[in-house]
Amino acid sequence: MNEDQCVVLFHSTSLALRGEKLCREEKILVKLIPVPRRLSSDCGVCLRFPCVEEERLRSVFAAKALEFDDIVRL
Amino acid sequence: MIYLDNAATSFPKPAAVCDAMTAFALEIGANPGRSGHRLSVDAGRVIYETREAIASLFNMPDPLRVLFASNATGGLNQALLGFLRPGDRVVTSGMEHNSVMRPLRALESDGVRVCVVPSSPEGVLDPDDLRRMLREKTDMVVVNHGSNVNGCMQMIRELGAIARRAGALFLVDAAQTAGCVDIEMERDNIDLLAFTGHKALFGPQGTGGLVAGERVPLERMRPLIYGGTGSRSEFETQPEFPPDRYESGTPNTIGIAGLGGGVRFILETGMAEIRRHEDELAAALVDGLGSIDGVRLYAAPPERRLSTVSFTSEALSPSELGLCLDEEFDILCRVGLHCSPAAHASLGSFPEGTIRFSAGYFTTSDEISAAIDAVRALVRKGDRA
Repeated sequence: MNEDQCVVLFHSTSLALRGEKLCREEKILVKLIPVPRRLSSDCGVCLRFPCVEEERLRSVFAAKALEFDDIVRL
Repeated sequence: MIYLDNAATSFPKPAAVCDAMTAFALEIGANPGRSGHRLSVDAGRVIYETREAIASLFNMPDPLRVLFASNATGGLNQALLGFLRPGDRVVTSGMEHNSVMRPLRALESDGVRVCVVPSSPEGVLDPDDLRRMLREKTDMVVVNHGSNVNGCMQMIRELGAIARRAGALFLVDAAQTAGCVDIEMERDNIDLLAFTGHKALFGPQGTGGLVAGERVPLERMRPLIYGGTGSRSEFETQPEFPPDRYESGTPNTIGIAGLGGGVRFILETGMAEIRRHEDELAAALVDGLGSIDGVRLYAAPPERRLSTVSFTSEALSPSELGLCLDEEFDILCRVGLHCSPAAHASLGSFPEGTIRFSAGYFTTSDEISAAIDAVRALVRKGDRA
């Protein structure tokens, strides 16, 4: 299994928390972590997930019209 | 002590409410969504979960369109002052609280046209009367779902359909009904729903807000307060997405934790069970008080009433009666105009006001009987005096 980790960046903590909830419902392994400094100067959190789940995660968010900023490989 | 002032603030609260607040104070305490650390995320999660519980209660698909404010007044002001501009037309009922009438009168002085559809002497807004008032282009219709004066409920689903057909946004003041009456955003044709946490939702004071339905053009609703949100901090302009756009400044997280406990209690207990108990209390109040000679009831129609009733007595003024109930019988209620001069005018009790008994889910039938006996005794004594 590919262990590479990615993060989804959101505009706000509320969106990140909604993202966490939607992923957990779909059994996508996620964890909320502080946004790595090199990715943003903002003080918020982002959602870490295994990169292999990217397509599934994108479709879950699209189905629920959940907006996010970007997906970045760590 | 018998507490009959639930229309002002519900009391007591379910244990889950106090437990949630204690847990937040002891175990979390941090600032939600401002930092990346564990406790900040936990605080953010407490707020998110309450948002979700409220969205679920009103069958609202997107919890991020639940916007927290300090109370229903905050939610109503956000909707009214956020949307209405000089030249706009807004239509309301004759049963409104000052939380609607005061912002409307302020908007009126800025050039918004305010039209009031008179209500029946029982407090009912006739949908046909609303339809006639909407022949002219109207931007918003705002209606009090349940009266805080006599508990009269409006046919919001029908009123909402009429408002939407006329191209107006439909704003519902659910201060008295959120938590004790089944409300669904889409089914009931609601665009904007203002709710408070401290009444039938069983939360603490200082919680409430506005639910903005999916078809509400939020880009047109200006925030009332601008400031830090913990998001998009690199920009000095307000974020444009909900809920952040409308929730600047550190929120009342401990209060929202308690509100979450209250909403979960309601979801577990079931709205049907709450309604069944409160309908029984309402019937007992109306029948009991109505049977006392010299008492005038301002009752709502039986099929559309909350467990809130207003009455006056020929023998004693509302303030005298209220004081005697408190001092001699340990019964706590509310007298006067209940911040709703317009509703009292519709019911025929302005400017003297009424005495109001408002029961809640934790009120018992025995307490209602004891309160009715106390009124009977005081009115009889007052008659002899």
